[in-house]
Amino acid sequence: MNTLTNADTDEVAQSHASQVARFKRQDKAFHLLTLSLAFLVLAALVGTLVALAIQAMPAFEQFGTAFLWTNVWSVPDEEFGALAAIYGTIITSTIALILAVPISFGIAVFLTETCPAWLRRPLGTAIELLAGVPSIVYGIWGLFIFAPLFAEYAQPALNGLLGDLPVIGPWFTGPPIGLGILTASIILALMVIPFIASVMRDVFETVPDVLKESAYGLGCTTWEVVRNVVLPYTRVGVIGGIMLGLGRALGETMAVTFVIGNANRIVGSLFSPGTSIASTLANEFGEAEPGLHIASLFALGLVLFILTFIVLAISRWLIRRNIGADGV
Amino acid sequence: MNLYTRRIWKNRIGLTLSMLAMSIGLIALMWILWTLFFRGFSALSWDLFTQDTPAPGSEGGGLRNAIVGSGLILLVSTLISTPVGILAGIYLAEYGKVSRFASMTRFVTDIMLSAPSIVIGLFVYALFVATLGGFSGWSGSVALALIAIPVVVRTTENMLKLVPTSLREAAFSLGAPRWKVSLSVSLRAVQAGVVTGVLLAVARVTGETAPLLFTALNNQFFSTDMSQPMGNLPVVIYQFAMSPYENWIDLAWAGALLIALVVLGLNVFARIAFRKKGQ
Repeated sequence: MNTLTNADTDEVAQSHASQVARFKRQDKAFHLLTLSLAFLVLAALVGTLVALAIQAMPAFEQFGTAFLWTNVWSVPDEEFGALAAIYGTIITSTIALILAVPISFGIAVFLTETCPAWLRRPLGTAIELLAGVPSIVYGIWGLFIFAPLFAEYAQPALNGLLGDLPVIGPWFTGPPIGLGILTASIILALMVIPFIASVMRDVFETVPDVLKESAYGLGCTTWEVVRNVVLPYTRVGVIGGIMLGLGRALGETMAVTFVIGNANRIVGSLFSPGTSIASTLANEFGEAEPGLHIASLFALGLVLFILTFIVLAISRWLIRRNIGADGV
Repeated sequence: MNLYTRRIWKNRIGLTLSMLAMSIGLIALMWILWTLFFRGFSALSWDLFTQDTPAPGSEGGGLRNAIVGSGLILLVSTLISTPVGILAGIYLAEYGKVSRFASMTRFVTDIMLSAPSIVIGLFVYALFVATLGGFSGWSGSVALALIAIPVVVRTTENMLKLVPTSLREAAFSLGAPRWKVSLSVSLRAVQAGVVTGVLLAVARVTGETAPLLFTALNNQFFSTDMSQPMGNLPVVIYQFAMSPYENWIDLAWAGALLIALVVLGLNVFARIAFRKKGQ
């Protein structure tokens, strides 16, 4: 003990202090490193907006905001307007949602209310795998398998059934070629079902059992519990899930490009080929000459990005409100 | 029909419809997988792995250049996205519990999770391809990494949030510096979950086609030079499927089967591996 001189303890204290100082420096560096990488994610979003806006500038300078509602797309004349692509994007996404929402709702109800417990996990996984299938696989399947069958059986049937009705009749007329707006919408619906269904399932599971049990105790049927207890309780989250599906559908590229037919025009019939923002980009960007054509394609991309950003932001806000900070 | 039977019938109809919805989902999955296996297997052969993509009009051919290209692009993108994603996730979970910057980053990450991948392709095109003069494997990797990073960030953060504070405090009380606690205690504790996140991110980008169209483009010949346009499976599938040649279409199916096997395999593997560790 008494061999420990003052100098020794000083040395120990000193090395201790330098150790602490070193840790502090390392901590600071680590903090800075993680912070800057988190910042990178933010920068990617802002950078995307800025880069697209800069590249799109020539198109907006040339055509002004009329670019958004002009229905013309002519590469040889260098005349570009986004209306047909925007129309195609919105119409396919809307029809996809009309088809996908009830089916997703059914799947979520089945998985949370009626499915036997031992089947819940495998069936839930199967639906999630449907989300994992790459969009190019949906595309090639839609092009070679679904579209021919759809043209042969479903389109004549739809035409016979609905073709003569007022207002909606003209939507279901035209040659049954299989590729077109309606086919793209159906493939899109298949692709967004898993996303909407799993959000719905997650929010349905947040309903306290006490609430459901008291409704059952009053003699409610399962359907009545879903309609009058589960759905009102989770309304906000359900809408959030639908918006998430919409965001996905708006930006989906490959599957749509395969089956939409890629005709840059607006036609009343849902059987006829159309285009969407994403499929126009996929089709034309690779071969576009620098200049107005490229700039117009960037402008389309900017429109798509802003559109999906707004939809996804609303979706996230709604889902968060329902599920809490853990989110999806 | 009295009120009671009407309610019973409503219930039956509602639940039957929900079962119908479930079967629509399952049938779609089965149908897609079945045709994929059926068409893909008939086109599967050793030539697929030993020969390059054929020229227009020529017989046979394989996907060797595309498989190798896809592998390289994916490897580089994973090497970029894994450290960036994990460290950014650590920031959100360990430093940014209440900070405004962190909640903004969380918001943006959630948006980028579902942002259209084709727009990411445009961004990388504007950033690298247009400025550095030419399509390249590198830019394809960057585009895929940008798509994968949000997936890794979110899973890492969600996993780290499960680590009890007492575990961190125990390490702090032993005098461990913060970075060491983050890396060797918190991250270590949720290793399996983070690996799952990385695997799911790889699965997510493996089938991505749209961002590669404007970045890696395609290359008909075998090449491992990342600074040149590079063949890759998704773009080859897209171009071959849209072509008029029978053998190209067969190759597209074989490629689609390969990609689907990898993606679904990764998905299933990640789930099983994580479930075991989680229990």
